[in-house]
Amino acid sequence: MTTYFLNILQGLLVTIGVALGALVFASVLGLAGAAAKLSPYRLLNWMGDIYSTVIRGVPDLVWMLLLYFGGQILVNDIAEALGYRSGPQINPFVAGVLTIGFVYGAYMTETFRGAIMSVPKGQSEAGWAFGMSRFYTFRKMVLPQMVRFALPSFTNNWLVLLKSTALVSVIGLTDITNLAKQAGAAARGEIPGAAIIFMAFAGFLYLMISSVSLFLLRKAETRYSVGVKRGNF
Amino acid sequence: MDKFAIIFEPQNLHLYWVGFWATMQLLTVSLVAGGLLTLPLTLMRVSSNRWVSGPVWLFTYVIRGTPLLIQVYFIYYGIAQLEWVQALWDTTWPLTWFKEPFFCAVLAFTLNTSAYTIEMLAGAIKETPAGEIEAAQAAGFSKWNMMFRLVLPSALRRTLPGYSNEVVMMLHATSLASVVPALYDLTNAAYAIYKTYYLAFQPFIAVAVLYFILTFALVYVFRLLERRFLAYLKPRAH
Repeated sequence: MTTYFLNILQGLLVTIGVALGALVFASVLGLAGAAAKLSPYRLLNWMGDIYSTVIRGVPDLVWMLLLYFGGQILVNDIAEALGYRSGPQINPFVAGVLTIGFVYGAYMTETFRGAIMSVPKGQSEAGWAFGMSRFYTFRKMVLPQMVRFALPSFTNNWLVLLKSTALVSVIGLTDITNLAKQAGAAARGEIPGAAIIFMAFAGFLYLMISSVSLFLLRKAETRYSVGVKRGNF
Repeated sequence: MDKFAIIFEPQNLHLYWVGFWATMQLLTVSLVAGGLLTLPLTLMRVSSNRWVSGPVWLFTYVIRGTPLLIQVYFIYYGIAQLEWVQALWDTTWPLTWFKEPFFCAVLAFTLNTSAYTIEMLAGAIKETPAGEIEAAQAAGFSKWNMMFRLVLPSALRRTLPGYSNEVVMMLHATSLASVVPALYDLTNAAYAIYKTYYLAFQPFIAVAVLYFILTFALVYVFRLLERRFLAYLKPRAH
């Protein structure tokens, strides 16, 4: 019994690894997407719109299967064209991080776009008036102030992203969900209700990760709201 | 590009058709059942009695804090594979349902969507303007009358925009039914073609386009509903 639990615990590292990797990738894509949508160039606006609309219109699982299976076929085709027998196997960890990051980048785009728009325009105008470059103004003045506006929606996105990492079990990564499912199948007959126990344990682990990250993000929210006067109502 | 022709071969179009119906059935049954479950549980959730609201809070906390995939596995591999359940599922009534993979998936989706909807609706109820409630009290409404004639009609309308997101999320969530062996939804149709022809881009792009169209059809329907039911909350034109 304990060996099964310890085994599922090992999946914790994979789940957290995929989630954090995807979060970083999604945040970068989200910032790029928000910048594109807010830029004065029509073409970039358009590309940002297409990205955030198309991604959000299709289930994550379909994206994952499309990119994982499709990517493998593409790699094989390229390898064959170069004269090899078959291409290298795509690492499911990398595939998982890239797909989930790619999908949640679309949600982050909307989060960051709203947050950047919430920073009063006078702030960046003041920066430009001091002769700071556009990028420097963004990094030093807009970015630190928009964090406060982005955090609530960022927190939501993170919690949804974390739960969607369970999908990587479908492409064979040994995350919490996959290991719990395997443990349930292996212990069948040996432990009554094995699948129920291990699935509940897996669910408990996800709840723990969410609770800890909610606690940390609430601290960040306090830190980034220092000096903000709130109305009483 | 010519490989896209495979999608349009009659037997493969048929696969998509069957999958499309299964997806639509999963979605509508889960939404209707979820809605029926949501209403009483929301009334419990907003109760000032902790013993009434507490269990519902715990239910929504656990469901919203764990992946849907875990919930599907919990029901399909957990409950439905218990030996005593399988021993009784031919004869004893509620357990006969667990024989059907469709029911297992729908049960997971129903619980999931109702947990999210309960929190949305409870939020809207709590945000009912205090003046409206005072007006109802001044007019001598009983507690139940106030809830059913005033608070709920207004809260249900105000939940509509959030609920449209939830419905789109559920459409996408039904793709998880494809992990239940023996259940044949839209995503599984694409997977079947992938396995038969070793083609990935074509079947999955086709299915992505279908989901995309369905998503925007749903968004459009909700826009119409909002125009009808939220007209009184629109900013005034003049």
